[in-house]
Amino acid sequence: MTSKTSSERLPPSADVSRRGFVGGLSAGLLGVAASEVARAETLADVPDRAPGADLSAHSERSRFARLDRIPEATPGKRNVDPSDAINSKTPHQKLVGNITPTDLHYERSHSGVPDIDPAQHRLLVHGMVQKPLVFSVEDLKRMPSVTRIVFIECTGNGWENWKKADPDLTVQNTHGLVSTNEWTGVPLKFLIDLVAKDKGSTWMLAEGGDGAGVDRSIPLTEEIVNEAFIAYGQNGEPLRPAHGFPMRLVMPGFEGNLNIKWLRRLKFGNAPWMTRWETARYTQLLANGKARQFQLRMETNSVITQPSGMMQIQPGYNRISGLAWSGHGKIAKVEVSTDGARTWKQAQLAQPVLSKAQVRFQMDWDWDGKPTRIVSRSTDEQGNAQPDRQSFIAAMGTNALFHYNAQQTWSIDDAGRVRNVLA
Amino acid sequence: MFSHDKMFLAGILTFGLLAGPALAIDFGRPATPAEIKLWDIDVGPDGKGLPDGSGTAVQGKQIFADNCAACHGDNGQGGIKDRLAGGQGTLASNMPVKTVGSFWPYATTLFDYIHRAMPYPTPGSLSTEETYAVTAYILSLNGIVPADGKVDKESLAKIRMPNRDGFVPQPEFDPAKLFRRK
Repeated sequence: MTSKTSSERLPPSADVSRRGFVGGLSAGLLGVAASEVARAETLADVPDRAPGADLSAHSERSRFARLDRIPEATPGKRNVDPSDAINSKTPHQKLVGNITPTDLHYERSHSGVPDIDPAQHRLLVHGMVQKPLVFSVEDLKRMPSVTRIVFIECTGNGWENWKKADPDLTVQNTHGLVSTNEWTGVPLKFLIDLVAKDKGSTWMLAEGGDGAGVDRSIPLTEEIVNEAFIAYGQNGEPLRPAHGFPMRLVMPGFEGNLNIKWLRRLKFGNAPWMTRWETARYTQLLANGKARQFQLRMETNSVITQPSGMMQIQPGYNRISGLAWSGHGKIAKVEVSTDGARTWKQAQLAQPVLSKAQVRFQMDWDWDGKPTRIVSRSTDEQGNAQPDRQSFIAAMGTNALFHYNAQQTWSIDDAGRVRNVLA
Repeated sequence: MFSHDKMFLAGILTFGLLAGPALAIDFGRPATPAEIKLWDIDVGPDGKGLPDGSGTAVQGKQIFADNCAACHGDNGQGGIKDRLAGGQGTLASNMPVKTVGSFWPYATTLFDYIHRAMPYPTPGSLSTEETYAVTAYILSLNGIVPADGKVDKESLAKIRMPNRDGFVPQPEFDPAKLFRRK
């Protein structure tokens, strides 16, 4: 384990006692502030037991556990005033397991978070249908439901690293725009049958009730018709307003912005509408100046969350852990390299591995204390492999802004400092 | 001769017809044409959904100054939010500038977006005529419509945007091929 020599490598500001350092590590993982790390050196120092606080209607996090999203604007504009933020990122470096806590699920909202009274919310389903219908939230809750654990990912996830890698970024900065929750709602297919959609309708417009009225055209492929649903439940409770209360579209495996929040209209047609979001916004500009359009599926991806950017590790045993996901289906394997992508070892996957959901991976590692680079790569059940950065940029250029799924490399210097690098 | 069972079944069927198909009617209610019209705001690239009316770039200049310039800059440039004009010829460079003129493939999308989402603090507050006028003005800033030009539902759908051919669909979801019968 930790040697005295390695402790001496720590910067002067760090607590160089081994106890303090181990506490610092768990601070990184569980979000416990360093100043509040227990100083109990022997069991005699552990505070006596005593009756605790009154029971409450809501159980809050421990005051020792600090977990926060970070509201951000465009790449490079971090820690902005919340009124200037366009998204809020999940603190993956402080989370364990597969499921994102509801209040820490990432958010991308295009016109703030509307305060919608469900009694006054309506969903209009019309267009190329025999029977245009209006539904209330209560109508939806009475219908047959599905419950499914899926990831939702903003197409901007990873956008900090297209052109350069700022060394001081955490994994929350680089990969905080993907989260996994359990969602409950009504299958799209059920509504399609209720309104008696025309057979000739092949595309559907989904529109939100936010100020921007965000709308996207969705191709009615067999996969989408069978898997999409209109959710009113999130991790067992009503949707949070930030995630579309009282109802949103859930499109397993597809671009986050197709999962229209505050859903208020579904219109059936036979061609895409070419909305602002599917032309001017969520298209990927390639090096030749042409933009890739309707790149709707989220790609095979993974990232090491522990250790990750801005953490500090010690020589000896380290457990590498991270998350992997794919819009194509289940993750088949995750490989980790601890020598800068020269050799790879297969990581363990936490069960169950679900289709289109994030899965936790982990691997034991004995760090020899020499500078190195760690990186993960995932492969899904369809055989799609996460690309290395060089081949990814060769295919996409550096202007695409969205759909970044290149392998994420963290460098580690001889003091154990973990930093964001391109490869 | 009817058995009791058959009469019972006939009774259910009759009741069912009177009450309508139980499952379908139980959920939601029919949408009336008048209320659909209130919400049916989307505009397609063929101009379908554009309302009657028109507006000129000259009218649009003042409406833009009053409602849009605070965020988008005086001439659609230099504001704190998205740049709307210029940038043509930059898309293949290291610093691409994506604006209505350099990037947007359809002029109809501009009307749709202004109408549904702008001005940011009061979306939907511009009238149909004002929306056409601001659309004309932004197009004129990009040299797509003359400075004294006018747009309406016929002319807007006919405008060919400079970057109309600048988009390549992902093969898996290419609208031109996706639902073709094999």
